[in-house]
Amino acid sequence: MMKGPELDKMWITMGPQHPFSHGLWTLRVQVDGEIVVDAEPEIGYLHRGWEKECENRIYPKIIPMADRLCYSASMTWSHLYCKVVEEALDVELPDRARYLRVVADEICRIQSHLMWLAAVGTDLGNLTVFLWCLREREFFLDLNVRLCGQRLTTNYPRIGGVRNDMPYYFERDCMRAVERFEKALWEIIAITDESSLFVNRMKGTGILTREQVANLGITGPAMRGTGVDFDIRRDDPYAAYGEIDFEVPVLKDGDSYSRFRVRIEEMFQSCEIIRQAMAKLETIPKTHPYRIKVPRAVPEGTHVTRIEDPRGEGLMYLVSDGTDKPYRLKVRSPVFVNVSAAKPLVMGARVADIPAVMAMIDMCLGETDR
Amino acid sequence: MGYSGLLEWVKFNNPMDNAYYPYDVYNLPYDAGAKLWELLGGLLGWLINLLVPGNRLSTWLISDAVVNAFAIIFLAVILFAVGFVVNLTMIWEERKVLGRMMDRRGTKIGPLGYFQCLGDGLKTFMKENVAPADKDKKIYWWALSLVIGSSVLIACMVPLSHRWFVVDYSTGLLLIFGIFALAPFFILCAGWAQNNKYSLLGGIRAATLMISYEIPMLILLASVVLMAGSFNINDIVNAQFDTMWYIVPQFIGFIVFVVCAIAESERVPFDLAEAEAELVEGWQTEYAGMKWGLIMLGDYFRGYTACALIVILYLGGWMLPGIGATAVPELVFLLKIFAVFFIFIWARASLPRVRIDQILNIGWKRLMPLSVVNLCIVLLLKMGGVF
Repeated sequence: MMKGPELDKMWITMGPQHPFSHGLWTLRVQVDGEIVVDAEPEIGYLHRGWEKECENRIYPKIIPMADRLCYSASMTWSHLYCKVVEEALDVELPDRARYLRVVADEICRIQSHLMWLAAVGTDLGNLTVFLWCLREREFFLDLNVRLCGQRLTTNYPRIGGVRNDMPYYFERDCMRAVERFEKALWEIIAITDESSLFVNRMKGTGILTREQVANLGITGPAMRGTGVDFDIRRDDPYAAYGEIDFEVPVLKDGDSYSRFRVRIEEMFQSCEIIRQAMAKLETIPKTHPYRIKVPRAVPEGTHVTRIEDPRGEGLMYLVSDGTDKPYRLKVRSPVFVNVSAAKPLVMGARVADIPAVMAMIDMCLGETDR
Repeated sequence: MGYSGLLEWVKFNNPMDNAYYPYDVYNLPYDAGAKLWELLGGLLGWLINLLVPGNRLSTWLISDAVVNAFAIIFLAVILFAVGFVVNLTMIWEERKVLGRMMDRRGTKIGPLGYFQCLGDGLKTFMKENVAPADKDKKIYWWALSLVIGSSVLIACMVPLSHRWFVVDYSTGLLLIFGIFALAPFFILCAGWAQNNKYSLLGGIRAATLMISYEIPMLILLASVVLMAGSFNINDIVNAQFDTMWYIVPQFIGFIVFVVCAIAESERVPFDLAEAEAELVEGWQTEYAGMKWGLIMLGDYFRGYTACALIVILYLGGWMLPGIGATAVPELVFLLKIFAVFFIFIWARASLPRVRIDQILNIGWKRLMPLSVVNLCIVLLLKMGGVF
């Protein structure tokens, strides 16, 4: 029997099987009535020894494993893996490959953000948003199928390029999907962003300051929602992002609503990037190579590279020992770091705010637990 | 005493001549029950009399007391059956309309997907009856039965027309509201008895929500009663036929009442008691299988009652303006209920769940003053002699 002031507070273990958690993780919260007074995220339920497994595989065989780091951002993760190996090999990518990677990455970003928006819909108790977002997401998954033959685990990037060039009429399909999506997104905005009930659920909750963001190492849309103007695609460009003109949406409030707005704006920007990359691809003749041959063994050395994942900054650290297998491959997952902000995010919020606030982190447990 | 012919046994009396007839006015389901028993009992009595002439059982079978008893049982059964079918139709309407709004098909089994609910009911019925081991056993079961029971009870209390009712008291509306207000207490008990933190939070939320939304509802009820000059549902409907639907002078009241009714029937956007995103299933978490199925049924019975109250108080009940009661006023009433329920579905499809503090803010700071404003408008109209 507890005594004293502890009696009026109770610990609730939300997860690992809980509707809000979107995967296997636990958020233990201590509540005083409806107010959260303490919180503690617990992860690791999905740990499968990903990094250790990679040490026993030759380099090309790790690409499909990198796909499985996150079900909705598989393209960027395999891109990141190929990028770190390419830097270790010190190869220059052909133009077609660079632009195809940009297109594939942005398709992946849009469908990942749509998955997030769908989850926000259910977390805030509206199933219509969920279904509309998944409906729009199908068009981009279809593009994935056209490009790589798979909906989610795409296995598209290769060390030294991409697996295949665009199929016939891909450009037409892609532009159709993008144009359709830009209209459909306004429809979704109409029942989320333009509904004051929706906005009231997000405004003023889960506030983070710039100092907290810096100290916790939060990246991605969650960071840009607190006014930090940083995007690897623009500030440390990779693939063909340096040659594409796009804006990085930044909002200053630092609450759930600004994180929400940042992601919505990012989807519009992704459409713009796809449009520019497609126009550029048209100017590069089809006869240009989309992949170059690379040696099987990687010279000895250590390499670090990063990429703008839909959820934040994905980073891979490769130690190679001159053989055809990596000596060590370390992954820095953005969600792993972002979820450490769970306590400052939900402190002082109400129990009903927990799903709304944590949804803005966009949890993906595959990459978090690895 | 020559009981020769069958016709002398099967005589369809006017039910109002029955010495035990419980009402002042004509009641259709009661009449049907009485006639049915007069037919069955009359046939039975005639047959028994053929075998054993002059026995007392035969005459007892068609006595006023037996006819009345059967008619009342029949009344109860038929009202529940009709309520049940109407509820299934409302669930079907909700799933179908919601499906279309969300760009999917909705239910699919049976003609227009009507039988899907029956399939789902069968599924929940066949589920294992799981209950937590360390529950507070008595309260766990009693609270559940009372939540469902009170919901079904009010749904059956609602009259479908001037000739289709259970009670015709001069304070019929107060009775319905009284039973409506019982549920929060039982829900609180149910949330406590399950020994689950989610249920506890859900139960407390439900009680808070329902109690704070009952007050504007009662003020609005007062304005309608003031305008009609009676607590009797029949009188209120007639008064609206004589003047106009109360939605016209009391439009503010109508809007506030719809919001309150959605909250009282625990539907999105006010379903924070079962907010599945954070509270799993709220106070229903540990009620598995058919218990949950019955709770859902009870929820829809409450939704049905809420819609029926809106129709009675603001939309002229079973009367049509200029026409009055048609040949089937019950059908008119049900159609109006389905139309009002469409608003509920629409709100569910387009709004997110509101947070508890926001809900209380809306209830006390918006709806409460608005309902008082509505009351003042009614008072002014009444004093000005318009009504």
